[in-house]
Amino acid sequence: MVNAASRPERPAEARAETDPRPKAVLEGPDIRRALTRIAHEILERTKGGHDVLLLGIQTRGVTLAERLAGLLHDVEGRPVPWGSLDVTMYRDDLRMRPARALGRTELPSDGIDDRVVVLVDDVLFSGRTVRAALDALNDLGRPRAVQLAVLVDRGHRELPIRADYVGKNLPTSMRENVRVLLAENDGRDAVLLGPAAGAPVPAEGAQ
Amino acid sequence: MKRHLISAADLSRDDALLVLDTAEELAQIASRAVKKLPTLRGRTVVNLFFEDSTRTRISFEAAAKRLSADVINFSAKGSSVSKGESLKDTALTLEAMGADGVVIRHGASGAPHRLAGWVRGSVVNAGDGTHEHPTQALLDAFTMRKRLGDLEGRRVTIVGDVLHSRVARSNVLLLDTLGADVTVVAPPTLLPVAIDTWPCSVSYDLDGVLPKSDVIMMLRVQQERMNAAYFPTVREYSRRYGLDAERMAALPDHAIVMHPGPMNRGVEIAAEVADSVRSTIVEQVANGVSARMAVLYLLLGGSEPAIGQEVSQ
Repeated sequence: MVNAASRPERPAEARAETDPRPKAVLEGPDIRRALTRIAHEILERTKGGHDVLLLGIQTRGVTLAERLAGLLHDVEGRPVPWGSLDVTMYRDDLRMRPARALGRTELPSDGIDDRVVVLVDDVLFSGRTVRAALDALNDLGRPRAVQLAVLVDRGHRELPIRADYVGKNLPTSMRENVRVLLAENDGRDAVLLGPAAGAPVPAEGAQ
Repeated sequence: MKRHLISAADLSRDDALLVLDTAEELAQIASRAVKKLPTLRGRTVVNLFFEDSTRTRISFEAAAKRLSADVINFSAKGSSVSKGESLKDTALTLEAMGADGVVIRHGASGAPHRLAGWVRGSVVNAGDGTHEHPTQALLDAFTMRKRLGDLEGRRVTIVGDVLHSRVARSNVLLLDTLGADVTVVAPPTLLPVAIDTWPCSVSYDLDGVLPKSDVIMMLRVQQERMNAAYFPTVREYSRRYGLDAERMAALPDHAIVMHPGPMNRGVEIAAEVADSVRSTIVEQVANGVSARMAVLYLLLGGSEPAIGQEVSQ
């Protein structure tokens, strides 16, 4: 059986030219199935998920970490600690925009030392957010290992970073924008693919 | 755009809430093993102190260092100022050193405003004469919010030497922005002439106001600024406007007691009140670092300041 998660979509360039409206590439049930699979993969890779600590990157990564923690609990019958991480102060593009509000960093009371920390984020793109998260972890303690789980990997990495668990590989062009909507934050579950803000929208009938 | 924090009135309601929310997140850093963030790496903050200060200078220094900024401390004693250098020449020297932020305390009201026109960096007022001390107001509001929650409709009473107090002015302006009801209580001789233009009510009767206060803030009797007789004796002032245990008992159960420090124990506040569980005086010092980190981050952290006002000379 071909793994649906790794089967590429049709060529990204062609798609961007033809449709200027955002299109749902994953719907609620797809997201649920992808997260369930990631939960099982985490348990498999960490041999039962002992010592695992899920850390969601603000904002939607936190929602995903909470959902994954619930799924891990369902499978193993044990609560799995989870928390949130705000990486704003560690970003390398801070000086390119006005200073922005900070999100919450909340760690379980026993900290991250000697845990297997699974960072959770919605979209993996340039890898710069994950780099910032690794720097932040460095100031918070010394995990035994750090892994990365993402709902969507859209490619175009600018740093040597890869995910350990991927919900869906979504080849995209730089002219496209991927948005993850989650019920807790946005009222519904979906992954939307549309033209990037500021990208030229093809004129009506140009094709 | 270059913006500064010179008056508490420079902050809109959204700005003020952004500072308080940011301070709340930054307060967590104090409990970590590594009390440092890389955010202001490579930026230079100059602490320019023309007046004596322990807690404010140390607080700004700790805040800048926790954000990884380079800090240059300048105090008037032992500098060229004692040889007669003017504020403008000092400012130009700093400018040549490339300061991104200048924290200034000066005995003359308005000095930070003048400085803002001479330097390229953002200016933060750390107390100017009897004018303002906006970061003190921010840390006080932060302390109140931590203890009491939202400040909208909270009744804050500020007692004492309002005339000479930059803390009082900044607090009245900021608390009004945040929706609190402020009452100042002082002997008539220690109220500024223009008190009726301040967004607060005035009372001369401390005992009447106490039961209706959520916060009571005692101001220091500033002996060093008092070159005239503002009240007959210290003892009489203390009896009428000092906070002792008996008066504290008249406060509602949830009310807190604040003091910007340094305290004159036994004058405006009794020792047993200063050391009671209702007193937030030690908390205020710790919160000062978080509030100042938030101000420095929001002014210097991004491509342009996210808070404050421009200055036209």
